[in-house]
Amino acid sequence: MRSLTVGIVLLCLLVFVPLAFAKEAEYMVADPEMEKTVNEISAELRCLVCQNQTIADSNAPLAVDLKNQVRDMVESGQSQSDIIDYMVERYGDFVRYRPPMNASTMLLWVGPFLLLLIGVVVLVVNLRKRTAVIKNDEDLSVEENERLQRLLAAESSPQVAKRGNSSSQKAGEEKS
Amino acid sequence: MLRYLVPLIVFLGVAGFLLKGLELNPREVPSPFIDKPAPSFSLPKLHEPEAQFASKDMLGQVWLLNVWASWCVACRSEHPLLVQLSRANIVPVYGLNYKDEPDDARNWLRELGDAYVSSLIDYEGKVGIDYGVYGVPETFVIDKQGIIRHKVIGPVTPSALDNCVLPLVRKLQQATAQTVVKRTEVEGCV
Repeated sequence: MRSLTVGIVLLCLLVFVPLAFAKEAEYMVADPEMEKTVNEISAELRCLVCQNQTIADSNAPLAVDLKNQVRDMVESGQSQSDIIDYMVERYGDFVRYRPPMNASTMLLWVGPFLLLLIGVVVLVVNLRKRTAVIKNDEDLSVEENERLQRLLAAESSPQVAKRGNSSSQKAGEEKS
Repeated sequence: MLRYLVPLIVFLGVAGFLLKGLELNPREVPSPFIDKPAPSFSLPKLHEPEAQFASKDMLGQVWLLNVWASWCVACRSEHPLLVQLSRANIVPVYGLNYKDEPDDARNWLRELGDAYVSSLIDYEGKVGIDYGVYGVPETFVIDKQGIIRHKVIGPVTPSALDNCVLPLVRKLQQATAQTVVKRTEVEGCV
């Protein structure tokens, strides 16, 4: 019973203590609608310091500054494309979390499809080769075919298991 | 023969790319500002906060803008070189004191020597953002027309100074309004 109480207290601590701290990180804004726009734009911008995060996800000082910059620009009524252009002008295409399609990023965009294409070509060529090999196998002489049928028949009939065994052995010898 | 040659060639190709990749710095973001006008700004001076410095006052001369802060460890390592450079009187070096406490900044300069003609207080880092600063230190080379010609990301090293910054500065100083000098003309900059 006592351990249950302790458990409940611990659980409460686990749940509520982070909540108490959670408020701290939040930026207080008057207009939640605008904050939504700010977050949308921030999610499009790469944090230059921690390069695999957007500035919306990052708490690096520069990311916070850039978010504030975005907020200021939204407040002054600039559109999303204005703000992204402003950032690209300063930090280059690199600042965009989703790289734009242009000459220098072309390989990035078409690369996977190119690899897929190469894979498909290699697959088709190999399959063709294999069919050709199988077809060649069928090009046996009448005599050879007869022997093949004989051997296969011997293999599949259980009554003549002994003979089958010996003949499969023989077949093995013949093959090698 | 071919079945051994093809994997070998593929391997060499991949190895070549990876080898090249070792030399590249993935954290270095090339500045889109090279050969573009430096954003103009007006900021209070660190040593006389009531006086303003306007970047347009620098039109007509080649100058360096070094972004620094007292909290920046790498700035400490490049600073002696900047002090040397300013003693040599080749090119005026201005400091952009980025997101720093002015008192800390003044103490830092007192301790390490002041390399700057003047340091400017960018307390909120707005001018830094305007210049696309993403790490400190960064050093901009700005020409007589107020156009950014080069940017050193990270501390200025003696070799970067001797092979790129100084040759570029000399070329820019000799240039007239009609001639355009780009950093590609200096071998050490590319």
